[in-house]
Order: sequence, then structure tokens, then C-alpha cells
Amino acid sequence: MIEIKFWGRGGQGAVTAAELLAVAASMGGKYSQAFPFFGVERRGAPVKSFCMIDDKPIRVHQQVYNPDHVVILDASLVGRPDILEGFKKNGVVLVNTSKPKSQIKLRAKNLFVVDATGIALKYIGRPIVNTAMLGAFIKATNIVPLEPVKEAIKERFPAPLAEKNIKAIEDCYNETK
Amino acid sequence: MVRKTVESSIAIAEAVKNCEPDVVACYPITPSTHIAETLAKFYADGELKSYITTESEFASISCICGASAAGGRAFSTTSSQGLALMHEVVYAAAGMRLPIAMVVGNRALSAPLNIWCDHQDSVAERDSGWIQLYCESAQEGVDTAIQAFKIAESTMLPAMTCIDGFYLTHTVEPIDVPTMEEVRRFLPKYEAKVKLDPENPLSIGEYALPDTYQSFREDVHKDNLAAKGKIVEVDKEFEQMFGRGHGGLAQGYGHEDADYIFIGMGSVIGNAKEAVDELRARGKKVGVVKIRSFRPFPEEEVRKLLEGKKHVAVFEKSYSLGSFAPVYADVINSLYPLRKRPVVSSFIGGLGGKDVPVKSIHEIFKMIRKREPLKVWF
Repeated sequence: MIEIKFWGRGGQGAVTAAELLAVAASMGGKYSQAFPFFGVERRGAPVKSFCMIDDKPIRVHQQVYNPDHVVILDASLVGRPDILEGFKKNGVVLVNTSKPKSQIKLRAKNLFVVDATGIALKYIGRPIVNTAMLGAFIKATNIVPLEPVKEAIKERFPAPLAEKNIKAIEDCYNETK
Repeated sequence: MVRKTVESSIAIAEAVKNCEPDVVACYPITPSTHIAETLAKFYADGELKSYITTESEFASISCICGASAAGGRAFSTTSSQGLALMHEVVYAAAGMRLPIAMVVGNRALSAPLNIWCDHQDSVAERDSGWIQLYCESAQEGVDTAIQAFKIAESTMLPAMTCIDGFYLTHTVEPIDVPTMEEVRRFLPKYEAKVKLDPENPLSIGEYALPDTYQSFREDVHKDNLAAKGKIVEVDKEFEQMFGRGHGGLAQGYGHEDADYIFIGMGSVIGNAKEAVDELRARGKKVGVVKIRSFRPFPEEEVRKLLEGKKHVAVFEKSYSLGSFAPVYADVINSLYPLRKRPVVSSFIGGLGGKDVPVKSIHEIFKMIRKREPLKVWF
């Protein structure tokens, strides 16, 4: 089983990011589960969400304690002492930031950065970074192909909004190196 | 059947819609789940006959009681404080023999304020006369929501489908949702034998004097117990039609030759099965028993499943403050007639969303290796 932990703040779409990834994975014939864990229900509060992907049905319902990958939607969370708690060291850590990788103080072998806020503002007009971050995450991990994620976005959002999000995800996919 | 990877609440709302209820009444904000919100959307899209947005949960259940008394198939859904506010009418619905169905997204009761999962809300309604079925997975939640209408309407008792808040209500996973045509083949149109009718006026839920009241209550109790057969039968019919059953009243997993058993209800059962597989791979004789029907309580089945075991851990996400844990007390009572009883320990955990992952189940199995019975707030 591959386990992914998303960190974000209320309003950035961390819960939806995990859901879209779970939907995309199951389109490709995998079993998947997405589970949110938020504190108080308000914008700006730290939010965790989890996505599990496996070849066999997933029967557990619990939080993710040892993530294979960690996706951080808000750079202000990087300083949290528990940000990489339980992280399996060979996985990907992806941070949404406009800063260069060298300025991100995280002990991770496979660290990736992307300015998802900039890209979200450019295409969506609001700093909702989840879809842009998914584009970068897929590029970094190849966990699922990009096409089913686009399909999942089309299912989830009304057409004009889906188009904007797809542009954001494609741009992020191409920008991430 | 359509397989969808969606939030369980959305799939359950779709299943309820496919049961073609005549009246749905809900109070849609927190602590309710997306089940109410999705049903409201179905109504707005013309896919549901009626949907009443009420001013409170008390009004929701009152509305569906009225609809059911008039002969309609009626549904509501709520959680936590919402169910607590319904309490008075929950009892009335069972006493008036109204076969309404309700899905409860199990969440903690205040205080302190908390929106996460435990079973305190529905366990607090255990003595009301309702049938209560607890679900292990989102799929079981969908299937049980459909079965509940059939069980309720054939026993003339209200039925509550209990699904864990967040762990099931807010989780996205692949779910097969029976279509309306498929549900029609499984669930016949509801024809009320007794109903309010202006042509033939009658009264339901009348005043009962001391010489008759008790016998009405006894009837509800006896019929609730008698519903056991119906719950098993409906689950079997469902399995024949859709290829999956959920264990009737109670079900064992790896229990046959096990010495140590974890027994509980709700989504923690999936985690326990995972732990059992891991321990079995290391040669440990452990098993799981899932209680699906908490009311009626499957006394004989539980006794049979636990007879001859060395030590049983009863795990539950609720408590009777000042006394014993409710499921533990029922398990102890069920085992009492045995001459040689297993050691039984009580584990309370997962209150207010406290996570009970697979590693916690391992710890519980470790703790019950000893012979002394334990009472642990885990």
C-alpha cells in the first residue's frame, strides 16, 4: 500500500486533493481511499488529509502514520516539528513555495518545490492550490498518469472551473523538475 | 450496479434515493453529514419525491413519523446532538410501530464539543425499541441503508443504520451503489397495513393506562427480539441478489480455532481484521467477532462465537458513565449461562475521534495474553 499525507490550511483544498488522487487511482484499476482530518472547520486552520492506494481492497479506516510521500500545500507549515513525522525516507516531499529548494529546511532526499500559489492565481484567480500541487506531485512520483486526474477534475467541478484547474495542473506538471 | 469512488455519504444518499422514499426530512447543518445535503440536491434536481428542510432535528423525526403514520416510506439522517434532540420522538416512533429508517453518522456528544466519531450518540438510544445495525465499511453502510427499509417495513419497527462519523461518512472509497431498478427488485413497494386515513379515521400512539401500557412496551421488546430472523433473512436475500452479505447479526473472522478474540462494532472491525491477519501470519491464534446488530442483541450468536475462548477483548466507542461499557455488559450477560466462561476484558477507546489504528489492536491482543480481566480506557 502507498500512503500519501497532505498538509494544508483550511480553504486550500487539501481534502479535495486527496479525494481527486483516490478517484484517479481507482480509474486506473487500483483500490484507494481518501480520508480527511481537520481541526476546527475554518479557513486558515491546519488540515491533514490522507490518500491510500493499493492493489487489493483497503479495509482499514485510520489515519496515515508512516506516509510514503508528504505534500505540503502551505510553506508556513514547514516549521512544524511533526511535519515529516513517520515519513518513509525514500519517498517524495513536495512543498508549495516560490523560494528555491535550497532555502527549504527539510531533511528529505527527494525534495521538490513548486510555486503552486502563483500558478493557481494565474489560472484560477484564487490561491486554491490543490490541483496545481497534484500536477507537481504526479510529475515527481508518477504515482498515477495525469489523464485520470484530469478526468476526476472534470467529474468534480463544473466545466469552466474544471478547465481552469486542468490548465493549472498541466502547467505545474510541466514546471516541476 | 454502478461502482463509484465517492464519499460514502454521497453513495448512501444515492442508495436512499433509489429506495424511493415518499418523504425525507432533515436538518442539514453540522452535525449532520453530506447525506442530507446530497438528498436535498437530488430533490432540487427532481430526482426525489419530497425533501423537507426542517427547523430542527426534532422536527425532522416528527415529520417522518407523520409521513409514516400516513402510510409513506420515510427517511431522515442525523448525527450526535441532532440525534440527542430527536430522543423523545425516537422512543415514540418505536412505540407507535412506525417503520421509519434513519442513517446515523456516529459522532461524539457534547461536552466538550467535538465533531468526530464515537458511538455515544446512537448507543444512548439503544433502549428505545429501534433496530440498530452498525457498519464496518462504506459498502456495508450503503447496503444496510437499503436493507433497513425492508427490515423496518416487515417488522413494523424503526431501523437505524449506524455508520462511523468521518471514518465512513467523510471517506472516499470505491463503492457499488445498486441502481433504482435493482433496488425495486429487492425492496417491494411499501403498503402500510394500518395508516391514518380520512375515510377511516383512527388514532395512533394513544393514551395507555397502567393496565395496558406495560404490555405495549413488552410487545415492542418481543418484536425487536423477533426481528433477529428478519435481519438475517434480509441480509441473505441481499447477498443472493447483489453477491455480498454483511454477516447478519454477528460474524466471526479467524475465530474458529482462536484462543483470543477482539469483539466490537463499526469501522474498527476492518482494522482488527488486518491485525488478525498479521498476527495469524506469525502463528498467533487470534480472531475477530463483529457485532452488526446491537439491537436486537444477538445473545445466542455471541455466546456460540465466544464459547471455549481463553480471553475476549470487548472494544467499544461508548460508555455508560458511572457503570459498565454497554457492549461489554451485553457480552458478559450473553456468556453468563455458560458453565466455563472465557475471561472478558473491557476496552474503551476511540471516543471523540481518538484514532484506533491497527497497531492499537496489536496492543490490545498483547494485553489480553494474561488471565486477569481488565477494564481499560484505551
